[in-house]
Amino acid sequence: MSEKLVIVGNGMAPGRMLEHLFEAAPGRFAVTIFNAEPRVNYNRLMLSPVLSGEKTYEEIITHDDAWYADHGVTLHKAAPVTLIDRVAKRVVSSNGIVADYDRLVIATGSSPFIPPVPGHQLPGVVTYRDLDDVDKMLAPGPGSKVVVIGGGLLGLEAAAGLKMRGMEVTVLHLGPTLMERQLDPAAGYLLERAFAERGVTVITQANTQRVVGEDRVTGVELSDGTVIDCSMVVMAVGIRPATGLAKAAGLAVNRGIVVDDQMRTEDPDVFALGECAEHRGTCYGLVAPLYEMAQVLAQTLADAPAVYGGSVTSTKLKVTGIDLFSAGDFGEAEDREEIVLRDASAGIYKRLVLKDHRIIGAVLYGETSDGPWYFDMLRRGVDTREMRDTLIFGQAYQGGTPLDPMAAVAALPDEAEICGCNGVCKGKITGAITGKGLTGLDGVRAHTKASASCGSCTHLVEQLLHLTLGESYNPAAVQPMCACTDYGHDDVRRLIIAKGLKSIPAVMQELEWKTSCGCAKCRPALNYYLVADWPGEYADDGQSRFINERVHANIQKDGTYSVVPRMWGGMTSPKELRAIADVADKFAIPAVKVTGGQRIDLLGVRKEDLLGVWADLNAAGMVSGAAYAKGLRTVKTCVGSDWCRFGTQDSTGFGIRLEKFMWGAWTPAKVKLAVSGCPRNCAEATCKDIGVICVDSGYDIHFAGAAGLDIKGTELLCHADSEDEALEIIVALTQLYREQGRYLERIYKWAKRVGTPSILANVVTDRSKRRHYFERFVYAQTFAQVDPWEERVNGKDAHEFAAMAELTMLAAE
Amino acid sequence: MSNDWIDIGEIDAIPRRGARCVTTPEGRIAVFRTQQDQIYALENRCPHKNGPLSEGIVHGASVTCPLHNWVFDLATGEAMGADVGQVRSYLVRIEDGRILMALTQAMVAAQ
Repeated sequence: MSEKLVIVGNGMAPGRMLEHLFEAAPGRFAVTIFNAEPRVNYNRLMLSPVLSGEKTYEEIITHDDAWYADHGVTLHKAAPVTLIDRVAKRVVSSNGIVADYDRLVIATGSSPFIPPVPGHQLPGVVTYRDLDDVDKMLAPGPGSKVVVIGGGLLGLEAAAGLKMRGMEVTVLHLGPTLMERQLDPAAGYLLERAFAERGVTVITQANTQRVVGEDRVTGVELSDGTVIDCSMVVMAVGIRPATGLAKAAGLAVNRGIVVDDQMRTEDPDVFALGECAEHRGTCYGLVAPLYEMAQVLAQTLADAPAVYGGSVTSTKLKVTGIDLFSAGDFGEAEDREEIVLRDASAGIYKRLVLKDHRIIGAVLYGETSDGPWYFDMLRRGVDTREMRDTLIFGQAYQGGTPLDPMAAVAALPDEAEICGCNGVCKGKITGAITGKGLTGLDGVRAHTKASASCGSCTHLVEQLLHLTLGESYNPAAVQPMCACTDYGHDDVRRLIIAKGLKSIPAVMQELEWKTSCGCAKCRPALNYYLVADWPGEYADDGQSRFINERVHANIQKDGTYSVVPRMWGGMTSPKELRAIADVADKFAIPAVKVTGGQRIDLLGVRKEDLLGVWADLNAAGMVSGAAYAKGLRTVKTCVGSDWCRFGTQDSTGFGIRLEKFMWGAWTPAKVKLAVSGCPRNCAEATCKDIGVICVDSGYDIHFAGAAGLDIKGTELLCHADSEDEALEIIVALTQLYREQGRYLERIYKWAKRVGTPSILANVVTDRSKRRHYFERFVYAQTFAQVDPWEERVNGKDAHEFAAMAELTMLAAE
Repeated sequence: MSNDWIDIGEIDAIPRRGARCVTTPEGRIAVFRTQQDQIYALENRCPHKNGPLSEGIVHGASVTCPLHNWVFDLATGEAMGADVGQVRSYLVRIEDGRILMALTQAMVAAQ
């Protein structure tokens, strides 16, 4: 019989503890978790990138639902525990769930501390602790005024994130300089200046007198009488261990729940872990110590000897573009020496505090790559006399090693810590790379956890991959878009939204493009992202489109073009066919072909004739078939219930409806649809990007098929009862793809990358999300559904269709 | 000598980061205009598979062929990167907003 282990809280510490426990004692415990939040375990360190829009919630999930299922863990979501009965050995949650335990782990974390100033309970006062808080913080929207109270790590990350979301942010800090617990005044000043340059107002020595407002927040008043107008106040002055539950259960509590070196409370069957625990008089709020505790507790539960001896911590600020590292103690005292390096114009400040020739504190601002090296020496108590003269210049200057960052990493000893969050040393990473045959960052993250939390050591891990694997290492984890940038497609897309970039020059300027005007790879991608993300606001840049999309026809090998008029759902008429025949005759078009998508292709049209061909086709009521576009191409149909004795629904009608609804939409790569009227599937819907198979009870919606470079049958997305519902799902799916797909990435590759569960969650199971995507598509269509042929017949881009001059032989010469 | 140059049109006839063609008895010549308003002229025929370079995407002082993505230096007509090849380049200059092309023996204005 397995023992019953109950965990109160589902943060990062218990999540990590369980990983260790399942490794050390598989199958020994039946685990039940009570989570006060209505979700799975996610990486709380990454909340700031979610707040700033640089990451999404899905990207910061640590354990998904499948993980809990695989390990037989019962997870109660939105179920805060209200009572621990240590006599009966059971816990009770607020929604009435009761669980017996043999062993209990309390991991309730901490709660934000809200200073009890008048007005602190007004609507509009928020804290920054979990994902729900992020949603609340984003609610006021761009342009609104926000005050952040607290200039520590949390407050500054909140301020930077809200600023990136377009809000006007003021930071109020009680101390004389920012982050004074981790930084000395000089670094605090540089940090203040960096925030000022980003447009964040910082007021230090700001003593908040009260929060002003009648029914909700309208401002903050300082003790000197100054009133700062705002519609939201973010309280980020500090956290308190959440100990109420333990206290009520009669456990010893000082600042936190008192534990011994095995994380055990005074009750031998009850343990405490993480921010709520107090060990040898210290409570920790950083992730590295919590992970060390998690490992000790897992071993204790598995009956292996383990001792937690406390932690030395280092800090990094996770604000894009600000490099800051601090560790240890840097107060001034008689018996201490310090070494300082300042480069004001480059914004670099480094300070080392030494005692008995050993580093006891380090503050690095602007250039932090030596942080792990100093931190390693600090923890090991290395005597620095030998390198005293060059110590401040960093590791690259020691022992005559050249100024190569790779050399610095190569020179690190095996026990040097690379990942501070997870306490992973260099030897463990290189050992895993060779031992497990790892080839990339994802593998290292999966096997060692290095760089899997805050990610700030990613470049060090990549250098280790490079050193260990040599040239065979291909850092494909984030493939840059092209040689013009180091950003991958996903980063660029996120930053376009987060920073509100609405033109190609703005993207290139803000994201520090290395070339003056991009290249043939990035320009079309950027143009698409901007078209998709800012409908109606972004002015399409024709010069950044491939020739086919610039002249709305397909270039052929001889420089002529092919022209394909739209035939809705593959239906045509004698009138249309006559017009096509007349056009082919009139312009001596050499080839006429029926395409695989049920259209007619006119091949070999000279560029000069395009306008004339289109004018004639327009006159017969036909528009561009977009056969050249990264956009909606064709909706192929069978004759369905109109004619076929097997047809279950009006597949032709639905195909025409879909095509009329979706034509003109630009997408990351081409999109082909089909609707079959019965499972005999004459429209071949099951190899399309999106395919519908009509059945008696409605519509089976399939997607992610391919019949090109790859052959792949579709996956069944869901069933829709009505045509309206099927349309809404297909449109929402297309919009999700428009917003998430990388340029030139077909739907089946996108689906493989993001996973079907996340697609289902956005367009099938959650009706409100589906509506949201559907409506965004509909809005974008109001700008997209213009026939490009007609526009050009009427004079748009005339320069495209005629030579600028014609020169002939001079007869006299 | 000014009459060695022939007026092929105004600079604004070509969009920035774009190109247009001039037809001549020697074949088509692609005239490029960069973001910074520099003008270049190359034979409109990629040495790889005869792709019309005037239809390519212009970036910096180079153009990417629309057929198979070869990249050419607009100033020299030389293929860049790993590809090897060169297209003929023609002398052009700007005077009072007009583009002038140096005459070769075979060409002169028709109109």
